[in-house]
Amino acid sequence: MRRSIRFLLGHEERELHDVDPTMTVLQYLRSEERKTGTKEGCAEGDCGACTVVIGEPDGERMRYRAVNACILFLPVLDGCQLITVEHLKREDGELHPVQRAMYELHASQCGFCTPGFVMSMLALYLNETSPSRDTICDALAGNLCRCTGYRPIIDAAQAMYDYDWQDPLRAREAETAARLTALRSEETLALVRGDRRYFAPQSVEALAELLAEYPRATLLAGGTDVGLWVTKLHQDLDTVVYLGAISELHTIVEGEAALEIGAGATYTEAFDALARHYPDFGELLRRLASTQIRNSGTIGGNIGNGSPIGDSMPVLIALGAELVLRSREGERRMPIEDYFIEYRKTALRPGEFIERIRVPYLAPEDQFRCYKISKRFDQDISAVCAAFKVRVEQGRVVDASIGFGGVAATPVRARATEAALKGQAWDEASIAKGEEALAAEFTPLTDMRASADYRRLVSTRLLRKFFVETVDLAEPTRVLAEEVV
Amino acid sequence: MSAQTRNTRVVHQSVPHDSGYKHVSGEAIYVDDIPEPRDLLYAYARLADRGRARITRLDVSAVKSAPGVAAVITPADLLTNDIGPVFSGDQIFADGEVQHFAQPLFAVAGESLDAARRAAKLAEVEYEDLEAILTCEEALAKESYVLPSKYFRRGDSAAALARAPNRISGRFHVGGQEHFYLEGHIGMAIPQEDGDMLVYSSTQHPSEVQHMVAKVLGMPDHAVVVETRRLGGGFGGKETQGAHIACIAALLARATGRPVKLRLDRDDDMLMTGKRHDFLIDYDIGFDDDGRIEGADLMLASRCGYAPDLSHSVNDRAMYHADNGYYLPNVTIASHRCKTHTVSNTAFRGFGGPQGVMAIEYVMDEIARKLGKDPLEVRKINFYGTTDRNITPYGMKVEDNILHKLVPQLARSADYAARREAVEAFNRKSRYLKKGIALTPVKFGISFTNKMLNQAGALVLVYQDGSVQLNHGGIEMGQGLHTKVAQVVADVFGIDLERVRITATNTGKVPNTSPTAASTGTDLNGYAAYNAASAIRRRMVKVVREHFQVAAERKIEFHDNAVWAGDERLGSFGEIAKLAYVNRVQLSEAGYYRTPKLEINEDGTGRPFYYFAYGAACAEVLIDTLTGEYRVLRTDILHDVGRSLNPAIDLGQIEGGFIQGMGWLTTEELWWDDKGRLRTHAPSTYKIPAIGDLPRDFRVQLYEPGRNRENSIHRSKAVGEPPLVLGSAVFFALKDAVARARGDGQCPRFDAPATPERVLMALQEPVAPPVVSAAASIEEPAE
Ligand SMILES: Cc1cc2nc3c(=O)[nH]c(=O)nc-3n(C[C@H](O)[C@H](O)[C@H](O)COP(=O)(O)OP(=O)(O)OC[C@H]3O[C@@H](n4cnc5c(N)ncnc54)[C@H](O)[C@@H]3O)c2cc1C
Ligand code: FES
Ligand code: FES
Repeated sequence: MRRSIRFLLGHEERELHDVDPTMTVLQYLRSEERKTGTKEGCAEGDCGACTVVIGEPDGERMRYRAVNACILFLPVLDGCQLITVEHLKREDGELHPVQRAMYELHASQCGFCTPGFVMSMLALYLNETSPSRDTICDALAGNLCRCTGYRPIIDAAQAMYDYDWQDPLRAREAETAARLTALRSEETLALVRGDRRYFAPQSVEALAELLAEYPRATLLAGGTDVGLWVTKLHQDLDTVVYLGAISELHTIVEGEAALEIGAGATYTEAFDALARHYPDFGELLRRLASTQIRNSGTIGGNIGNGSPIGDSMPVLIALGAELVLRSREGERRMPIEDYFIEYRKTALRPGEFIERIRVPYLAPEDQFRCYKISKRFDQDISAVCAAFKVRVEQGRVVDASIGFGGVAATPVRARATEAALKGQAWDEASIAKGEEALAAEFTPLTDMRASADYRRLVSTRLLRKFFVETVDLAEPTRVLAEEVV
Repeated sequence: MSAQTRNTRVVHQSVPHDSGYKHVSGEAIYVDDIPEPRDLLYAYARLADRGRARITRLDVSAVKSAPGVAAVITPADLLTNDIGPVFSGDQIFADGEVQHFAQPLFAVAGESLDAARRAAKLAEVEYEDLEAILTCEEALAKESYVLPSKYFRRGDSAAALARAPNRISGRFHVGGQEHFYLEGHIGMAIPQEDGDMLVYSSTQHPSEVQHMVAKVLGMPDHAVVVETRRLGGGFGGKETQGAHIACIAALLARATGRPVKLRLDRDDDMLMTGKRHDFLIDYDIGFDDDGRIEGADLMLASRCGYAPDLSHSVNDRAMYHADNGYYLPNVTIASHRCKTHTVSNTAFRGFGGPQGVMAIEYVMDEIARKLGKDPLEVRKINFYGTTDRNITPYGMKVEDNILHKLVPQLARSADYAARREAVEAFNRKSRYLKKGIALTPVKFGISFTNKMLNQAGALVLVYQDGSVQLNHGGIEMGQGLHTKVAQVVADVFGIDLERVRITATNTGKVPNTSPTAASTGTDLNGYAAYNAASAIRRRMVKVVREHFQVAAERKIEFHDNAVWAGDERLGSFGEIAKLAYVNRVQLSEAGYYRTPKLEINEDGTGRPFYYFAYGAACAEVLIDTLTGEYRVLRTDILHDVGRSLNPAIDLGQIEGGFIQGMGWLTTEELWWDDKGRLRTHAPSTYKIPAIGDLPRDFRVQLYEPGRNRENSIHRSKAVGEPPLVLGSAVFFALKDAVARARGDGQCPRFDAPATPERVLMALQEPVAPPVVSAAASIEEPAE
């Protein structure tokens, strides 16, 4: 097993032996490399001040994505290129177009958020050639600025394409990809630092073996939950097993009857397939966290974390998804709703991991919608998340599945409400009954995100909204839709 | 950058922020980026995990003996625990009794932050819970105040209310606000010889940090130097609060003889430091059938927290702005400064002013709803006059009112009337989504209401090569202050802006500075720098006249990086500087400025403000009546910055201020549980506007022809705070949408922030019938 990580910092190679596995990339940059351009604004992935760009080889090309350095563990960089704000300016002092546009259009005030914006915009610059305003806002929704009010930043993101520029990263990408490919190795990475251990197996088999040996290890996928246990709760994680290096877990297979999503696929990787097959899910994913988080975070991690306010679970429940769990002993399957036992307790056994998620396709007769209610549209955790699927034949509900988040200790299936609707006419009267059943089905809590009363009321209203959206297609119901303006 | 030619002056130009290049390249240095000195220790403050409680035991022996710990300080180690900026009360540590949840108990310095944090957990702390007062309602009931209540009275409001044909009364609450500067609080203290202390602090008020550090160390002020190059945002949150952090760092540095850095992580920052005061507002208003106010009783109660901090002036400013742009002939404004067992609240952009404005704007909206009128008509009819109806409740004559011009101009450019109808038409068609629109003004008083603070100093140094170093007492926190002041100085000397180097604010260069606050940064420091530069220039003129034998009637001018007698170029600015040096003429000057005309009486009446800044905003929103979710569709702003020193920077202040004000009144909800624990202490739970919240259609204009009628620096006007108030347009547009969606044109009590939850709930709740005084209804039966 390998005991060191190797990566490129800009174009310089770094090899680090037995690093502290839960040191974050941000800490590394600021304290070890003394590169202080990357800032800490929150240490929880929410403000974007720490945004860096990570490059990975994809054949001869490089794939670049923006991530939050504050919650990213250093060993995850193994085999990657790390780009920070310090790498953009040319040696002669000429600014990168991203920087120049920000500078010339007065898009910085205090400047503390600026490096983070620059890096999110760099990823956008490298990946898009003429993004729409919506695309720009999606790319920057994970970057908070308290000073400017954002208008000049949007202007800069549009103007950055107007400058003549040969991007050095793109110009050198074949070389970079080759260097990184050479750095990578098939061998499992195994770091030991005091009583902390970190493993990065590269196959499902190797993972199963490792977990048999370390059944209590913390599984690490995107780390967008796990990272916070360290940076916010200051927990010590002694054995960490990283799933990100296992390419099988990233695969997305469009099977006969179901879409099969590898548990290690990031939201970004899974987005196209999910949005294509379940269009409203795409809308919800766009509002799930931020680009940086979606570039790291996985659906497997969302489920694995089992939070009652995670967004993908209600949707997957409504869609009738099935989990495929694996361990050295073999494979087992279960409907996703059975995975959640009680608050943050799941059916996962020691030594086991989620391998993939099977999501049945929608039938043409199926009506499916999902909704996320939060104080802020972008980058906010749901107060209530709801997903509805009904099949109506000859005016009657023949099948209904409803998933909810934010109303109970786990993501839940609204069985009583489903029962109240099944067999009934798909009309006002049944919806009223459904609302009654729904109001009685859960006892939500009051907390900083919403009161119990609001959660209950809005849940019933979402059912109504779903109904309206299935029967009266012309009636505008979504404030974010462009048509309504 | 724009060269200084005779025709193009460097003032009134949109030159970029002086640090803009470094911001985008990542080279701008904030306190945490300063290369760390050898032997640096990292500090960590352990916060109380209780609300109000008696500390029955605090044993830090295990902390002291933990690995990597260099020192621990507790209240017992302090010379003084009091760091109240004006009145005493604000504390470094809880001493005997925890005053609020998350008050610091003690602090540790360790070889690493991790070591300090781990060690701090080892303390043994025992508490005995005490009864706590958490809200304004409870504090009012128990008459729990940090400072005495205060009143402005003019005329006889009780009689006017009794007489008035229409009367409304009610209560609502305006929430507080977390500053959420992107850079959290930080201080680094480095011991010097003779026991002196050098402190790098993220503060808006280095002089106060200097004074507090000196005080807690038991040293004279001259033993402490505080330096601040820039802040990653301040917004008032670093006016007094920075001293707390700096003092802890300095005390630990003193205890160990080693440099110490204390950087609060986001949660500790949000838990430990003060916020915008939330206000409970009662109104009782009498008005005629046109909506003209005849009598007004306003009660403003604010949650100050456990200690006074700046609550005195914050609440004064709320009182000074409870009229906004409206004449209140008979008025009583009562202000209660509630003491609660919560964090000690502090300055926040607007400094109570926005809360005061909210009181009267809410009233305007309610009057219109009761009369079934367009709220804009009610607002207009109540505007201050220019020749009469122009005395504020505190006795100051409004001499520079432009609202009667500015507001109609915005109403026209925003197409308010037609869009109001379009909103109605949309609502008739759309069953679930409804629109609302509102246009609200602001009149904001400029000057510190604490008269002594209206002074500033600047240090201008001209070197023999003609390069200039500029230092002043103001802090650059993103607002572009340094850029504007450098423009002023470059303009005096007729040189390129690049020839002026702005240096870090340092208490050793300019002493006894005021905080950079109350929007006065440019007015004060710009003028002080102008005075300094002008004095040097006058001396240079004298040298030039003598040396070149220029006749008295020929004018000496400074432009294009040179000194001229008419069209004759006498020499480059550098050559003339050298000439002055050779002639033994002083090329440096400490400039000074104090704001004229201010007069403030004991009771707060008089002329607290040099002038007013004005603006208005029109916002249109769309709400979802099924869920309460909403979106701002369009915002138009017209704002008065006088004759702008830098239009791009001013535009940035207006836009940023508006969005921050919008956040305050919409999604930014501070939420405490019933034990008084703040549960929204990180961006995951506290939601400031994100990029998608920017109105799709956002049109911002500077008011032309802006020119300050007072002799401010180049006739510009302050711009830091006033635009924040314009966020109210969004709040009242939401209220409008709710009222329209209900169908009855009324809106039940509508508290700020108007979260989606509040919007949905307001659509459900019944509205109390309008309260009309008995006397009035006898004379004029309801129509
Ligand atoms: C700023 C921010 C915003 C966020 N916004 C949202 C949001 O809007 N909606 C939302 O739902 N969530 C949100 N999250 C939470 C988080 O991003 C998601 O839960 C994400 O899906 C977690 O995936 P991950 O790969 O990062 O998981 P990790 O953090 O790596 O792991 C999470 C948990 O799952 C376990 N786990 C991971 N993979 C597996 C596996 N294959 N098998 C078994 N267990 C596994 C881990 O052991 C751990 O317990 C947000 C987080 C942040 C930091
Ligand atoms: S520091 Fe805020 S997202 Fe990383
Ligand atoms: S410029 Fe200050 S936070 Fe963005």
